[in-house]
Amino acid sequence: MAKVFERTNGLVDIPTHYCPGCTHGIIHRLVGEVLEELDVLGETIGVAPVGCSVFAYNYFNCDMHEAAHGRAPAVATGIKRVHPDKVVFTYQGDGDLASIGAAEIIHAAARGEKITTIFVNNAIYGMTGGQMAPTTLVGQKATTSPFGRDVSHAGMPIKVSEMLATLDGAKFVERVSVHNAKEVRKAKKAIKKAFELQLSGEGFGIVEVLSTCPTNWGVTPVEALSWLEENMIPYYPLGNIFSPKEAK
Amino acid sequence: MTKVLMKGNEAIGAAAIKAGCNYFFGYPITPQNELPEYMARELPGVGGVFLQAESEVAAINMVYGAAGAGARVMTSSSSPGIALKQEGISYIAGAELPCVIVNIVRGGPGLGGIQPAQSDYYQSTRGGGNGDYRHLVYAPATIQETVDLVMEAFDVAEQYRNPVMVIGDGMIGQMMEPVEFKEPKKRPIAPKTWATDGTKGKRKPNIINSLFIDPQELEDHVLRLEKKYDEIKKNETRYENYNVSDADVVVVAYGTTSRIVKNAIAKCEEEGMKVGLIRPITLWPFPDNAFEEITDKTKGVLTVEMSTGQMIDDVKIAVNGKKPVHFYGRTGGMVPTPDAIVEEIKKIARGEK
Ligand SMILES: Cc1ncc(C[n+]2csc(CCOP(=O)(O)OP(=O)(O)O)c2C)c(N)n1
Ligand code: SF4
Repeated sequence: MAKVFERTNGLVDIPTHYCPGCTHGIIHRLVGEVLEELDVLGETIGVAPVGCSVFAYNYFNCDMHEAAHGRAPAVATGIKRVHPDKVVFTYQGDGDLASIGAAEIIHAAARGEKITTIFVNNAIYGMTGGQMAPTTLVGQKATTSPFGRDVSHAGMPIKVSEMLATLDGAKFVERVSVHNAKEVRKAKKAIKKAFELQLSGEGFGIVEVLSTCPTNWGVTPVEALSWLEENMIPYYPLGNIFSPKEAK
Repeated sequence: MTKVLMKGNEAIGAAAIKAGCNYFFGYPITPQNELPEYMARELPGVGGVFLQAESEVAAINMVYGAAGAGARVMTSSSSPGIALKQEGISYIAGAELPCVIVNIVRGGPGLGGIQPAQSDYYQSTRGGGNGDYRHLVYAPATIQETVDLVMEAFDVAEQYRNPVMVIGDGMIGQMMEPVEFKEPKKRPIAPKTWATDGTKGKRKPNIINSLFIDPQELEDHVLRLEKKYDEIKKNETRYENYNVSDADVVVVAYGTTSRIVKNAIAKCEEEGMKVGLIRPITLWPFPDNAFEEITDKTKGVLTVEMSTGQMIDDVKIAVNGKKPVHFYGRTGGMVPTPDAIVEEIKKIARGEK
């Protein structure tokens, strides 16, 4: 019988620690598949963040480097400058990338650092128990915005992809989602494109992936998928925001 | 070898490049700017990379990445900048990576000033980053010694897989002296089989990490680090002793302060007094052994620092109550004069202190 689906060699064969229904696992799998298909696992160095995906260094089947909260783009810069011929990527949550590490990601993009960033936006801090993130939606409740995010108090959520796309060093910026099979396929395409652009030496690439956190959103995994679709996508529209084609 | 006249900051850069340092990540702050500027000019010519980071926080994390990737790498800053680098230094120590960090100290707290000071003694020897970690701290007193120690620092860092800090006050960074570049002694350095440079499909993935969620695993890790720190203490502690066993008064001073103290001691000797000097060259590990030479003849120990008194804590631990320990210091960028130090020495000799 023909095999139609198998484990990707891009991930190590061990169980992950993610909550049931969390889409971090899907995103890991997509990155793993892409690295395997591009046949670069032996040439890749990944940088894991602080957040629920802190253990990403145990899951990807390539060399991995753990970074302090928000600093992954700086760590990746150090690695890439030493090994310009290697594939270097960061995997970061929205608290990690858009809050404490805002400067690091902006400047890595501005320098046109030839790395790929997988930016997992679940509109909340997962690991520390559901506090407000810079990406938490207006009115969304979190443990540190118990009455819902109030714009007059906490400002508007940051649209990271749009912001980074204003920087000339950012050569590929796309926002995708993983709330259904069709979007998962599109997400994989974008991730592959971003890595291909790194391989051809274009410059900085980021794929923002809208992701769920059923645990801290306080909903079931299925409800989380619809919550993402109904609430996150209207504020964080999907699609390619910047790619080399459009630059010309 | 011929001697060349060089400014401290530039001599550090030249020494680093001679020692094989190919990567430098930094951020401007006075009084160390000539060092990153030198690296920006010189590194591209030897196939290396200088990168001006967006902040000290980013710079030290670039060092963390480059060190993990297997490179010889350095960063430099001055006091407030080193404060920002402490986060990264803790991670580098935790992940056991080699790198060299230069601190050309200026006065504080806060923005303080830009004049020479030694008020970062606690910051450099006690950490500032979180957790149980240590790193070697070299405190050279001349530009020649700075060059020698910087060259050796890269090997020491790799031998122990640990960050090494070289601290000079603003004086070391800014003055000019003749220097000669000598090969450091050979050290046992294992190949970097742990580096994240791609598995090439030939080995299991390498992971550079400082996270140990299991408390037992973390304790084991920290205790293993502690053993390494004991090795460093045993093998790498350095100091200079001058006339300690014959002294009525023993002065303790490091860096450029020790040079002023030497002038003060010469003046005392002209007047027939016997004054000794203990000059720590490593601030961590602190040279406790140097104090064993102090005899019953000595009336007291005088610690001289360009701070309100920080190293004095280590001096007191080393003296362990056997002699009274006194302090004289200037701070804020003020430099002690030999005459003021002579006065303090005399007070101790006369039993007035
Ligand atoms: C310097 C520092 N500050 C705070 C923390 C605590 N911390 C751990 S994870 C986290 C939030 C992570 O949220 P996010 O990046 O959105 O990832 P998620 O857990 O949602 O996947 C915080 C604040 C830390 N580890 N280090
Ligand atoms: S807390 Fe949220 S983001 Fe973290 S693993 Fe659980 S569901 Fe995923």
